[in-house]
Amino acid sequence: MPDGINVDYDGLIPNNVDLNGDARVRKALETWHPGYIDWWKDMGPEGFQESLVYLRTAVSVDPKGWAKFGYVKMPDYKWGVLLAPKVEGRTIPFGAHKGEPAWQDVPGEYRAMLRRLLVIQGDTEPASVEQQRHLGATAPSLYDMRNLFQVNVEEGRHLWAMVYLLQKYFGKDGREEAEALLQRRSGDKDTPRMLGAFNERTPDWLSFFMFTYFTDRDGKMQLEALAQSGFDPLSRTCRFMLTEEAHHMFVGETGVMRVIERTCQAMKAAGIEDPNDIARVRALGVVDLPTIQKKMNLHFSLTLDLFGNEVSTNAANAFNSGLKGRYREDKLDDDHQLLNAVYPVLRCVDGAIVPQDVPALSGLNMRLRDDYVVDAQGGVTRWNKAIEKLGVAFQLTLPHVAHNRAIGEFSAIEADPAGRVMSKVEWADNRDRWLPSVADNLFIASLMQPVSAAGEYAGWIAPPKLGVDGKPGEFEYVKIHG
Amino acid sequence: MDTALKQHLIDPEICIRCNTCEATCPIDAITHDENNYVVRAESCNFCMDCVAPCPTGAIDNWFQVKAAFSLEEQFSWNELPPRSAASPEAVDALDEEAAALIADAHQGAGGKVRAPASASKPRVNLFNRAAPALAKVTGNIRVTKSGTSSDVHHLILDFGTVGFPVLEGQSIGIVPPGVDAAGRPHAMRLYSICSARDGERPNTNNLALTVKRVAEPQADGTVLRGVASNYLCDLALGETVQVVGPFGATFLMPDDPDADILMICTGTGAAPFRGFTERRRRLAVRGRGRLHLFFGARTPQELPYFGPLQKVPAAVMHQELVYSRLPDAPKEYVQQRMLTRAADLAALLTRETTHIYVCGLKGLEAGVDEAFTRIASAEGLDWPALRARMREAGRYHVETY
Repeated sequence: MPDGINVDYDGLIPNNVDLNGDARVRKALETWHPGYIDWWKDMGPEGFQESLVYLRTAVSVDPKGWAKFGYVKMPDYKWGVLLAPKVEGRTIPFGAHKGEPAWQDVPGEYRAMLRRLLVIQGDTEPASVEQQRHLGATAPSLYDMRNLFQVNVEEGRHLWAMVYLLQKYFGKDGREEAEALLQRRSGDKDTPRMLGAFNERTPDWLSFFMFTYFTDRDGKMQLEALAQSGFDPLSRTCRFMLTEEAHHMFVGETGVMRVIERTCQAMKAAGIEDPNDIARVRALGVVDLPTIQKKMNLHFSLTLDLFGNEVSTNAANAFNSGLKGRYREDKLDDDHQLLNAVYPVLRCVDGAIVPQDVPALSGLNMRLRDDYVVDAQGGVTRWNKAIEKLGVAFQLTLPHVAHNRAIGEFSAIEADPAGRVMSKVEWADNRDRWLPSVADNLFIASLMQPVSAAGEYAGWIAPPKLGVDGKPGEFEYVKIHG
Repeated sequence: MDTALKQHLIDPEICIRCNTCEATCPIDAITHDENNYVVRAESCNFCMDCVAPCPTGAIDNWFQVKAAFSLEEQFSWNELPPRSAASPEAVDALDEEAAALIADAHQGAGGKVRAPASASKPRVNLFNRAAPALAKVTGNIRVTKSGTSSDVHHLILDFGTVGFPVLEGQSIGIVPPGVDAAGRPHAMRLYSICSARDGERPNTNNLALTVKRVAEPQADGTVLRGVASNYLCDLALGETVQVVGPFGATFLMPDDPDADILMICTGTGAAPFRGFTERRRRLAVRGRGRLHLFFGARTPQELPYFGPLQKVPAAVMHQELVYSRLPDAPKEYVQQRMLTRAADLAALLTRETTHIYVCGLKGLEAGVDEAFTRIASAEGLDWPALRARMREAGRYHVETY
């Protein structure tokens, strides 16, 4: 389709990249398609493949009315290839090639690096679907179940987005990588997903909300950085993916908020003033606030690991070569090359946490992570406002970046949520004060009883303020099959 | 109204600060601090680009204010300020001209109207006079028998690659090209969409209108020709039309399949009901609700869509077609037929799931009101009170022109 706005829905694969005019790529994608559907049926949401789900499907990349809502069986969802419209005359916005025309094809010297970036991004998409595949069975409402499935189908579409780039621009190598993306499995001993946080289990809905708040927010930061890319097809792909990613963070932020609201309401109704009176709060059938704090500590720290090493040559190379920019590079006011700049990085020196200036190029992972922490704090502040408004004396806090880390500077030390460094023994003795214990997880699991009547919600979560697509409270978001 | 201005605001209680709106806004009217995302009142031109991509619905708030809230005020909010009485919950149009036309058409409801509780959320004002959507004419056929004085056309407008999301019951604005006798651009006319939200056929990006050619002989022997209706009826296939809108946020159908929908109309007032019927038929969701149509025309030959109506199964819709100029029968009007069907209508009036829609020429609502008063009082019901209650609940709607 020449205008690149509307989507061609006639073929097997909806797209706005004129697949019909590119027989080679179309054939590659059509060959990949059955494997994808098999993967979806094996590893996608379990038990709901025949249910009708009220989903939005992108019908245009134009901001106006880009999404259409309707009942769809998930395996029939129109996964496709959608790129934001091409900006004429776009130039490479940063790095050594700054100011040169943006690449419409892969620059030969950066082929391997670019492929690696695409594969890592692509690998996270199916991984989260795999992690969340059992959650439908314990959904606290049809509304939440629908939101879960919307997140899942869109992660599936994001996999398509990366696979398209691999197959279009990387020939045989790209086809093999696309195949491998369907072979790896989250948490599998032999063929795990590439990044640690994507091999963790998502055992319950509080974990899901924390994951979509914290970990999908990392996804947003990475996509924002890739949306700046000098490789134009990647930039256009990521710009459109960000529109969908916003929904995922919405699910996370409002999900945690609704859990908090319900807890505070139940505490007030029962006359419980002390938020640390965990036994009494739990007896109400809601998640106590200290446990929510522990869940937050866990998911925040796991997500920080996704940013990689604080000081990184790979990050410097990706920037310098014009492939991956900084968060909102286009809004930053500097030379966009960073050859002589420095950036303060928290490092681990002789077991202590100290700030140190490093070349700004080497500190790019740290910079993105710093931007992430600021962004993540926003929602926490809003959760705290809600707690305060509901009259409960408790505040949630993001833990220190050195807390519970497995990758980077702080993987060598142990630190509590306040950033106090301690011995391995002290850590082991106190771990369950800061991170969810087996008993905490068992309690949360005990709350996970499905509620499938339209308009009803499990007792541990408040109903949402607004329905999806302006729908009223009792709307049947999922028509469960059988 | 004269000093009031409309302000676009973001609900901080619902917004998750995902930055999608700021990234989407083509004129940088949206900005943020660490607390809130906010809209610059002096910049926002209501282009609506930010509305559809917002994942939360927080973006879709429009206030009538005396003086605009400053950025500093908006940054400091934890929630939106209370709405003044002048700020309706549902905004029919941001365009003054269209808003005035709709307010006039809805006057017959007798008070402030609301959308049905289960209606989908409409998009309004995506395109304005300054930047209209361009649609191509892909169909233009007469739907009343030739030879009769009533020349009604079914017009199909295709939007090609442009998104123009509508709901059944909404209207679009047409500004005829050229200028009037005084050299000013022509006034806007509103036309009800007569197709379903997903197009004339499912998943087409088009919509249809029902347009009656206005050509009324005057006392002085001249013929008054409506500028817009003649422009539309004379359009050839392939011609391009400038479209403004969509407009209308209350005259919408309930999505609840258990809702009964009572549709009372004359002439081209049938347009929105054709959309309602198509929507119900396509959904094929079996609910308890049925459609009930009271449709008045002079003769079957002058009743728009007479042929297609014969094909709508009775299980979907109960039809009362009423004629005032049949050669061998006494004149009968819609309100008379309503009285003949008093028992059925009384049963509908007592149901909380019944939604009533009246659409046609001005004056129709008076006759309908009279009929309902008699039907209700026979059941010991006070119609004005019931009507007010139904209107409050989004279950009574009037659109007459």
